[in-house]
Amino acid sequence: MPQLTTEVEQHSLVIEIGGMPVRVNTTDPGFLGILQSRYSGFVGESHDAEIEFDVELAAPNPADRDADVEVKYGFGRWSLTRGDFRAEWEPSTRLGWIRQTANPYSIDAVLRIVHTLALARQGGFLLHAASAIRNGKAFLFAGVSEAGKTTISRLAPPDVTLLTDEISYVRRKGDGYIAFGTPFTGELAKLGENVSAPVSALHLLAKGSENRIDEIAPGEAVRSLLANLLFFAEDEELVQATFHSAFEFVSRVPVARLTFVPDARVWELIG
Amino acid sequence: MSKLYMARNSRVAARTLDGEMMIMSGRDCTLFTLNKTATILWQSADGLTPLDEIVKLRICTEFAVEPAEALQDAETLARELTRHEILQISEEPIPQGNPAAGES
Repeated sequence: MPQLTTEVEQHSLVIEIGGMPVRVNTTDPGFLGILQSRYSGFVGESHDAEIEFDVELAAPNPADRDADVEVKYGFGRWSLTRGDFRAEWEPSTRLGWIRQTANPYSIDAVLRIVHTLALARQGGFLLHAASAIRNGKAFLFAGVSEAGKTTISRLAPPDVTLLTDEISYVRRKGDGYIAFGTPFTGELAKLGENVSAPVSALHLLAKGSENRIDEIAPGEAVRSLLANLLFFAEDEELVQATFHSAFEFVSRVPVARLTFVPDARVWELIG
Repeated sequence: MSKLYMARNSRVAARTLDGEMMIMSGRDCTLFTLNKTATILWQSADGLTPLDEIVKLRICTEFAVEPAEALQDAETLARELTRHEILQISEEPIPQGNPAAGES
C-alpha cells in the first residue's frame, strides 16, 4: 500500500538582534544554511523566541517584483508586503509566516520591519546611522545615503567596536538608551558585533573641510532624528508613539553635528 | 459675517520643544513646524472659542496688527492648517472629547 503521508523535516534557528530572539522555521536545509551564514554572530540559543516565523519558499513572481513595501495592521495582525515577499505576524500569539524566494534579502527586510514595530511600542527605534562603541559608550552617526556612515565606520581605530555601518538599533532602558550591534550592513558589507552599550551621543554627519563638533538646536535635533528613523507602518498609533520617542531621545541624549574630512583624525573627537 | 470655530485633529501628534511647536500627521508622517501665529491657533483651538475672539485676545495682544487684517490672515492660516489635516474648522462649535488630543 502506498504511503499516504510524508513526514517533512523542519529546520529552525533563532536570530537574536537587539536582545529580541526571533525563531525562523523552514523545511529547506539550503535556506537554513543561507540564514546561518547571513546572520552569523546573531544566531542564538534561546528557546523562548518572542516571535516565530514559518518561512514558505515560493517561486518568484515577476509581476509584483517592484512593488513598494506596505505595512498595515488589522484584525489583530500585521500584514507586510513588498514585491519580493508577503508576511503576516500576529502579536498576541507571537506567530507569523513569510512567503518569499530562497534569498537572504527578503527576510532581512521582514526582520527590520518587525523590529521597528516591536521597538516603537517600547520607546526605541531603528535609525539610518552607523554606530560604534568606544570606552564602553556607544556613539551614533546618523545621515542619509552618502552622508558618511560607511566612511566613518571604515576610519574607526582598532579600539572601536563597530555595531553597524548602516542601521543602528536603539532600545530604551530606564532613563537612557542602549545601542545594539546589528547584522544590517551598508557598503562596508561587514556585520556589526553582537554587543551593546549605553548611548552617549548622536552625531549628525556632514562632510566638510575640517573636523569639528557643533551644538545644534533641539528642534533641529528632533527633525534630523525623525528624518533618519526607519518607519514603515501605516498606523497612526505607532506614528504618534515614534514621534514622541524622538522627543524623549533628544531630551536625554546629546545630539550634535559632526563635520569631518575623510581621515582617521575625526576619531580624536569621539569618545 | 459668520463665526469660525477650530478644533485640533486628534489624528496628529504634537509637541513643543524650546518654543517650537511640531506636529506630525499620523496618516502620512508629514512633519510640520508651526510659526508663532499657527502655534497660537493650535493652542487656542478648543472647538468652542470663535476665531475672531482668539484673534482679539491672543493675536492682537501679541503682535501689533489691525484686528480686521489679523482676522483675515488668521482665517487663511486656519484653512491652510485644515488642508493639512492639523485642524478642523466649522461655522458651528465643535464638541471635543479630548481637547488636547495628540499633544503631550
